Amino acid sequence: MAGTIAVKNGYVFDPLNEIKGEIMDIFIKDGKVVRELSSAELKDAKVIDASGMTVMPGGVDSHSHVAGAKVNAGRSMRPEDHYKANLQKTSLTHSGSGYTVPSVYKQGYDYAAMGYTTVFEAAVPPLEARHTHEEMRATPLLDMGGYLVLGNNFFLMRYLKDGDMEKAAAYVAWMMKTHKTYGIKCVNPAGVENWGWGKNINSLDEANIHFEITPREVIKGLTEINERLGMPMPVHLHANNLGHPGCYGITRDSLKIPDGIKPRQNLDVEWAETKLDPARDRSVYLTHLMFNSFAGTTWGDCESGVKDIAGYVNNKDHVVIDSGCTPFGEATVMTGDGPAIHDLYTLTGNKWSNTDVEMECGSGVLPFTYLKSNPVHSLQWAMGLECLMLIKDPWKTIMTTDSPNGGPFTKYPEVMTWLMSEAFRNQTFSECHKWANDRSELGGVNRELSLYDLSILTRANPARTIGMVHRKGSLGVGADGDVTVYNINPQQLDANNYETLLRAFRKAEYTVKDGKIVAVKGEIVSLPEKRTYYSEVHVENEREKEMLADVKDWFRYYTLGFANYPTPEKYLENPTPIQVNGKR
Amino acid sequence: MTEGVLIDKGKIESAGKMEEVVLIPIKEIDIKLEADVITPNSFAGKNAREIGNLPVWQGPETYPLSEFFEVIGSGGISAAETLIRIKGDAKRVKRIGEGMSAGKIEIEGSAGMHVGTGMKGGEIVVYGDADSWAGMEMTGGLLNIKGNAGDHVGCAYRGKWHGMKGGRIVIEGSARHQLGGGMDGGEILVEGNVEGFCGIRQNGGLIVVKGRALRGTGAEMAGGTIVIGGKIERFSPGFEYVSMVNSVKAGEVELIGEFKKFTGDYAISKRAKGVLYVAAEKNPEL
Repeated sequence: MAGTIAVKNGYVFDPLNEIKGEIMDIFIKDGKVVRELSSAELKDAKVIDASGMTVMPGGVDSHSHVAGAKVNAGRSMRPEDHYKANLQKTSLTHSGSGYTVPSVYKQGYDYAAMGYTTVFEAAVPPLEARHTHEEMRATPLLDMGGYLVLGNNFFLMRYLKDGDMEKAAAYVAWMMKTHKTYGIKCVNPAGVENWGWGKNINSLDEANIHFEITPREVIKGLTEINERLGMPMPVHLHANNLGHPGCYGITRDSLKIPDGIKPRQNLDVEWAETKLDPARDRSVYLTHLMFNSFAGTTWGDCESGVKDIAGYVNNKDHVVIDSGCTPFGEATVMTGDGPAIHDLYTLTGNKWSNTDVEMECGSGVLPFTYLKSNPVHSLQWAMGLECLMLIKDPWKTIMTTDSPNGGPFTKYPEVMTWLMSEAFRNQTFSECHKWANDRSELGGVNRELSLYDLSILTRANPARTIGMVHRKGSLGVGADGDVTVYNINPQQLDANNYETLLRAFRKAEYTVKDGKIVAVKGEIVSLPEKRTYYSEVHVENEREKEMLADVKDWFRYYTLGFANYPTPEKYLENPTPIQVNGKR
Repeated sequence: MTEGVLIDKGKIESAGKMEEVVLIPIKEIDIKLEADVITPNSFAGKNAREIGNLPVWQGPETYPLSEFFEVIGSGGISAAETLIRIKGDAKRVKRIGEGMSAGKIEIEGSAGMHVGTGMKGGEIVVYGDADSWAGMEMTGGLLNIKGNAGDHVGCAYRGKWHGMKGGRIVIEGSARHQLGGGMDGGEILVEGNVEGFCGIRQNGGLIVVKGRALRGTGAEMAGGTIVIGGKIERFSPGFEYVSMVNSVKAGEVELIGEFKKFTGDYAISKRAKGVLYVAAEKNPEL
């Protein structure tokens, strides 16, 4: 029977059910995890013998850039990224190419080969939602969703400046439905608007041009609206002043703003069984902490400021971060933070592109190479790992490379192995510039993450953070039948033998999605259907009407008509709305 | 620069006795072939039948090499002991010698695009002309083109800013646009002329052109050396005159003659370290 499978005798790591490497069988029926299969069902079921291997829930990436206008700009401005990385078509799979910005097909296959089954696009400009959905629809295998960029939105900045929280919330709710997106993304709040005038914002209390709203007001407003609506995930915050020496201060101060805002996730979904409370308990999700953690005043005296922020996060419970690790090598930097890209252009002289997304946000793209010989790049490598090592509670951290900003997601195996192996970190210290050691705390860290910790950082916590635990991130009964089997025997695990770990993480022994084996040792063997998740957020009809009257009035400033603005469901593969703040 | 002298220390050391594989074209080729299998590396250790079975792409289809060539002889034990001789014209055969690390290829006619692309060592001799992208991003070895070459000799791939890193390309005829674009190292010697943007974005290495050059010579170069023995039409504005010199010595090449020395290109970076020598006699207005 399709979607029915038994994964037998593996060492299971399921943090949301506090299963720490016990030998267990996992049963999946019709694509969902079940307690057991009847003997008749077992006879027909596929069986994976996972004895001597590690079993985890399917990988969940809560922050990647894999679809939409800026990713595609990266693809088209980088032919040199494609000519050496290509994939021949098979009777089952499509051809593809690209290393840091692969084509959609290759992205899907590459993620699945590593054991990932769920990936969220972390920045969808509203006007580019259709394009983003078209690419997500074309990406094979992966369950997906996207975060809507709202930190410099004209409508929201006006409402927030007027203190009209009701209408602001109604607008956010309407935008999620309209563009079929999942959560709120906030990039360089209030600052990207200034970039339209060649300026940026450098402090939390500096008002921007025309709207005269400050980053503090935007962060406070969006995080409040988020809980007022009971959104599945916290606001995904890309703090101001990114990538500048000394930026760690504004990052820490930004995290203080939502302190005290109570998380109030309000989803009408069927929850998979988990031992831990599946509800989200954070009110802000800070993205790519590494890029926001530079101390010092210039690139000459810069050093890691991660320790300071980690200290703050260790003492507070409302923050969760993703790391934005930089595993060295080729990357394509792409962000909604236009001025940050301009700064990188002046620093590197590389080719770049910049876009103003009318009334909503901006964006920039630039190819970048992280070199072991470069002092700052080496420091960044150390800082990215510090983000995940100095914050003690793994439930406050998520492993990412902000792909492809810090490096492509295909470098996750390296990052995982650095986290698990001090020997591998020492090997890299010996190869890179001494700033990595001299200007960070990483050299003094001898923590080595366990497979259980790693399962938190790459499955359980991304899923819990973004509110997907009702079906992802665990192997509890009722969860989606997404399983990764790594060829790692936890009983014989030797972190000094990091080559073995690298090999195992690069190509999962098996990747199972919805109870179907999709990849074996990195080779794609089946292509089951995928889903696209979005938040259908409910607010009172009256509020929505009042708000829409404003929106329609102001819509004349757009270059398109109101009727052409929404993204219809036909742009989504298996659209899967999540009912938020009430029922349909 | 008629007095130019090349001190050639770049000779490829012969590996001793070589086994010879002869490829004889047996039909007209319509859609161009992607024949990156024609290298000493992939022919080594194979007999004629095995070589004939190597796959080449033509459009969306693959065919055995023997569909297009008669194969005579066997490869040597290693690439270094393998000589491939193409007896005839291969101008619709792309990527000959791509990535080869040793051995030798002699093409008795013309070669298609990308001959010697990414080659790491060994030697290729093209007795006819070479189409565009000859020696793209090569890192070592010798590529000798007896006839003319197309665009992008020793250049970086599209979108990339780092081209040839090592080795030597000798063109006994002329070449076209963007010769040595993004070049990081190695040498390109042209007996004839070049067209526009010779050495664009060059970072290192040496380009010597005995004939004339069109506009954009050395545009945006940040390092390396260019020597032009003929007239430069429309000289790049970002270069600054340094002095007159009566010989140029760079790498393994020494040239005697009166040259005007310039540095640049300061059009974008003020820290550029490129050096451009132009024959004084042919460029009196500079």
